[in-house]
Amino acid sequence: MFYRENGQFKTSYQSDQQIFPIAQDRWAVLAIMAFAFVGVPFLVDEYLFRAILIPFLILALAALGVNLLVGYCGQITLGAGAFMAVGAYAGYNFLIRIDGMPMLAAILLGGFVSALVGIVFGIPSLRVRGLYLAMATLAAQFFWDWAFLRISWFTNDAPSGSVSVSNLELLGFPIESPLQKYLFCLSLLVLFALLAKNMTRSAMGRQWMAIRDMDVAAEVIGIRPMFAKLSAFAVSSFYLGVAGALWGFVHLGSWEPAAFSIDRSFQLLFMVIIGGMGSIMGSFFGAAFIVVLPIFLNQFLPWLGNLVGIHISTAGVSHAEFMIFGALIVFFLIVEPHGIARLWSTGKEKLRLWPFPH
Amino acid sequence: MAFFLETLIGGLMAGMLYSLVALGFVLIYKASGVFNFAQGALVLFAALAMARFSEWLPAWTGIENPVLANIGAFIVAGLIMFVVAWLIERLVLRHLVNQEGATLLMVTLGIAYLLEGIGQGFFGNDIYKIDVGMPKEPVLVLENMFEGGILINKEDFIAALIAALLVGALALFFQKTATGRALRAVADDHQAAQSIGIPLSRIWVIIWCVAGLVALVAGIIWGSKLGVQFSLATVALRALPVVILGGLTSIPGAIVGGLIIGVGEKLSEVYLGPYVGGGIEIWFAYMLALVFLLFRPQGLFGEKIIDRV
Repeated sequence: MFYRENGQFKTSYQSDQQIFPIAQDRWAVLAIMAFAFVGVPFLVDEYLFRAILIPFLILALAALGVNLLVGYCGQITLGAGAFMAVGAYAGYNFLIRIDGMPMLAAILLGGFVSALVGIVFGIPSLRVRGLYLAMATLAAQFFWDWAFLRISWFTNDAPSGSVSVSNLELLGFPIESPLQKYLFCLSLLVLFALLAKNMTRSAMGRQWMAIRDMDVAAEVIGIRPMFAKLSAFAVSSFYLGVAGALWGFVHLGSWEPAAFSIDRSFQLLFMVIIGGMGSIMGSFFGAAFIVVLPIFLNQFLPWLGNLVGIHISTAGVSHAEFMIFGALIVFFLIVEPHGIARLWSTGKEKLRLWPFPH
Repeated sequence: MAFFLETLIGGLMAGMLYSLVALGFVLIYKASGVFNFAQGALVLFAALAMARFSEWLPAWTGIENPVLANIGAFIVAGLIMFVVAWLIERLVLRHLVNQEGATLLMVTLGIAYLLEGIGQGFFGNDIYKIDVGMPKEPVLVLENMFEGGILINKEDFIAALIAALLVGALALFFQKTATGRALRAVADDHQAAQSIGIPLSRIWVIIWCVAGLVALVAGIIWGSKLGVQFSLATVALRALPVVILGGLTSIPGAIVGGLIIGVGEKLSEVYLGPYVGGGIEIWFAYMLALVFLLFRPQGLFGEKIIDRV
């Protein structure tokens, strides 16, 4: 009854091509953004910022990057964590080796270095695809894990192998408190999400999707597979690099290579698949699901145990977490292989017809 | 020269162990087109079952003889792997027929988490040991040919022998039995196999059982070498380049790939490692596989990939 496009006529090409063609969607997105920027800072305490909101924002950015590559261009990657690491360490080196380097510039430069590395490791995609390509990207993961651990130049010869960044500031404003960090990450995420959405609507995004749907056919109609695939790798790695730099600088503060291990790559891929491949919205759903679930289980299981009178040990909780996490993933993939984004659009479709079923 | 040969032989035997894990990947991929990331978790699960039951069985039944206890544990662990295989087919794969490769890959990752959680929650998460009486001491061979001879690890040698036997048995099973023929038919074309009356779901249970048994053998060998612990699950990641190099659909490929990777890893670690800081084993195998891929995208023995629009 409320969610219907009746009476909203598109009278110009511009209004036909806009991102949210239905007025209710536009208002909803604006309302959510206003809430995120203005409402959340008043409602949320420091723990929520640190434990959930900031990780969610950064990982959503990373999931966006993975989704551009996996969901839009159809190239499976298991090396996402490595590109985050490249972004984080490159940004770190720019920050400490060049005097007066602004933090934002260091983060973006980290993203650019990551994009270059992404192009190099994307070259095998011109020859192989599918599972073989996934393995090729694993090579990137293991190589960079090793490089940041063993080559001390990258870590500025830090004896413990862990590097840290302090005194973050942006144009003279300090980024110290969780609230400032939250707003900083949120602004970047909104910018990059808008950019990603527009990229997927532009010629480049259409080329990616053509390659994804069938690369031989795309080549036949004149799409250059080399340009399309490598640009997807570059853009995706750029996003991952920026997310990695944010993860290191803003979320962790000090980190070591284990922060970007293969588990991180799997986690990002989970986000994309559970959230919905080939959907910007899906990246956010997936990131929220994967960030919140372990925290929820961690709190909920001991509580449940107390309720029925069993004390669950810490190890027991972590095993149960593994089990429930795995079971949920299997369950989700069976029930809705296209991810939460598909559930969302089904729901919207139902809402349009409501309360009349036909 | 002797040192080179020693490294070479060490690499060959390590490679045989990799092929044992790689075999599990190939079997399942061939029959169901699923790239089974849970193979490492299966190895861990099987090894945990084996290690714990070889402790529990004597305690429960009073059997003192370690050989009998080990055989009993092997049978129980085998039965457990059978149940696991049946459950995976029944509860998961059956519902995901005709899904995309990426979805199936993610599902096996989910299964891996599930198995790791159940395995450690049920069997415990300490380091256990499997003692099947493998000799630990190294032997010297060819002493008359080279000065000082070549040092060979007896345990590795026996493990390589077992792996070779297993591969031979599997090859016979695939080539000579009716079930093996049915398995190959399913691998070729699911729909065609189904239309001539091969029950797909039973074939999948069988193939996951075989993969479970291979995982059990791999788990016993790796477990008695390294101890049964969580890191056993990462053995699968070491075996991945092997599968890629050899081709996802080829059993001989898994063997040859394993040997190449094993030798490449050992030689690179010994001759190249000191220059770049060591520890390069783990990514060198992937790089090696990557270089091969650039020239032969389907792996050494994989079926040629033909694209049709």
